[in-house]
Amino acid sequence: MGSEMKEVDLSVSLGSLKLKNPVMTASGTFGYAREFAPYVNLQRLGAVVVKGISLEPRIGNPSPRIVETSCGMLNAIGLENVGVKRFIAEKMDSLRASNVPVIVNILGDTLDEYREIAAQLADVEGIAAIEVNISCPNVKKGGVAFGTVPEMAEAVTAAVKKQSRVPVIVKLSPNVTDITVIARAVEAGGADSVSLINTLIGMSIDSKSRRPGLANIIGGLSGPAIKPVALRMVYQTAQAVSIPVIGIGGIETVEDILEFMLAGATAVQIGTANFINPRVSEDAVEGLAQYVKEQKMGSIRELIGALVTA
Amino acid sequence: MTQFQQKTQITRIERLAKDIVRITLESPEITSRAQPGQFVMIRTGNGHDPLLRRPFSISQTSNGKYFQILFKVVGRGTEILSHCCEGEYLSVLGPLGRGFHVDCSAPNILLGGGMGIAPLLFLGKYMSRKCISNPPKVVIGARTVSELSPLLHDFKELGLPVYPATDDGSLGYHGFVIDVLQEMNLAADTRISVCGPYPMMFAVHQFCRAKELACQVSMETTMACGMGACLGCIVPVEKGGYAHACSDGPVFDAEELLWEVK
Repeated sequence: MGSEMKEVDLSVSLGSLKLKNPVMTASGTFGYAREFAPYVNLQRLGAVVVKGISLEPRIGNPSPRIVETSCGMLNAIGLENVGVKRFIAEKMDSLRASNVPVIVNILGDTLDEYREIAAQLADVEGIAAIEVNISCPNVKKGGVAFGTVPEMAEAVTAAVKKQSRVPVIVKLSPNVTDITVIARAVEAGGADSVSLINTLIGMSIDSKSRRPGLANIIGGLSGPAIKPVALRMVYQTAQAVSIPVIGIGGIETVEDILEFMLAGATAVQIGTANFINPRVSEDAVEGLAQYVKEQKMGSIRELIGALVTA
Repeated sequence: MTQFQQKTQITRIERLAKDIVRITLESPEITSRAQPGQFVMIRTGNGHDPLLRRPFSISQTSNGKYFQILFKVVGRGTEILSHCCEGEYLSVLGPLGRGFHVDCSAPNILLGGGMGIAPLLFLGKYMSRKCISNPPKVVIGARTVSELSPLLHDFKELGLPVYPATDDGSLGYHGFVIDVLQEMNLAADTRISVCGPYPMMFAVHQFCRAKELACQVSMETTMACGMGACLGCIVPVEKGGYAHACSDGPVFDAEELLWEVK
């Protein structure tokens, strides 16, 4: 099987970041990759995006942190992570050894925090790109999320870009009036690509107990339920910017990936589906190779933005 | 640790009581590596609703080839599973988590309430073989006789001394398992392994703390993945912050946890 696969061109480029295939795993759904090693041949993947890292460790929110909803789930993990220093000391070795491009997702409460994390990661070997989570509240601006105000989104992008030696991906929040405005702002800030969508803010209530499903009351919706919204936003964004777009939102099957690429995505990230089938990303790579071969396509890239509307 | 994601065949499905179902699944790989206290994540179907797998502790293994789960029908996932048929296949991930610590040198008591009895059957079977000269005593409780008697039968088959209790007095002691425990004559080095509802485990923990007895508890939480990725299955710990039931547990030393009156 291996040699047949090699004949198929699944490679894509996110600016200067070259991937052997367009399938990545989304931040917060794939741990630090080694959790999935029993199930997945990690080096078959296009890239892995690790759990979001902040400057200081965060313990996260109280329980319950997750609740299942129709065709999806809500989470309010509260960005639990070990912090950038322990991430570098404890997680990078196994990530480097897994022989797959590693994308580090970062988050912060202030512009300075983003800048500082990016600076600390700049000297670390084995990081292929930085993905910036801009859905976090800016504590110095009254808790308004960076990703909802074009000027703040641009500023945080520029700050990270200035510190980084690797490509910078900015992960966009869907909880905005017009995502293309934010996409253009981060492009102006120097983003090498954008990934979207992050979770949609939602809520669930148990009418019997009259309590919210999450201790945090509100949380982020993910899973197949959000796919149509994600597809729409990827489609709009791909037409609004000239940098590559990475599609995220309810992706599980080869067909899902094809749809996102037709809408204009150059690559995709698989998120919640990793929880249900830890091998889903590798299955998708195999399925894509099969598809390209059956369709006798020269390259998977032929699909990007090839939506037929006439 | 080795884990598997497999399509496993249902070789037997039994309705032990009105809402209590036991499913036997065939997997030499999962069975041969499973330790008492470990769990599996099971998909209830192939569709998107319900989306997530459901966690089940392994309640018994046999012949190095079969393992069982035991559950009460409490929601949509368990409802769907209860209607499965023999011969069907279920997608199973496991064995997962850290199980019970077994020490045969001390007297052991296994204490189970309701569906929390499930993993103790596996533990009891394991200890009945391993701790031959010092077999554990078993205290199990449920609301009423129909829920308890099928499980009582399984423990008796192992030849272990069993002390049943029911809330309504329809079988064994009339009261809670903690009451039975309090009336027992316990050696100072007694080790207690507990699985059951939170208030029951809390009460046992407080009892053990007062008597300075070793106590391990198996915690139940909601979880999305079961493998340390979603970070949903947290348990507050004494030293501050949280542990993750799927990877640090589900079995914990009761002293490590931060217990809260709920």
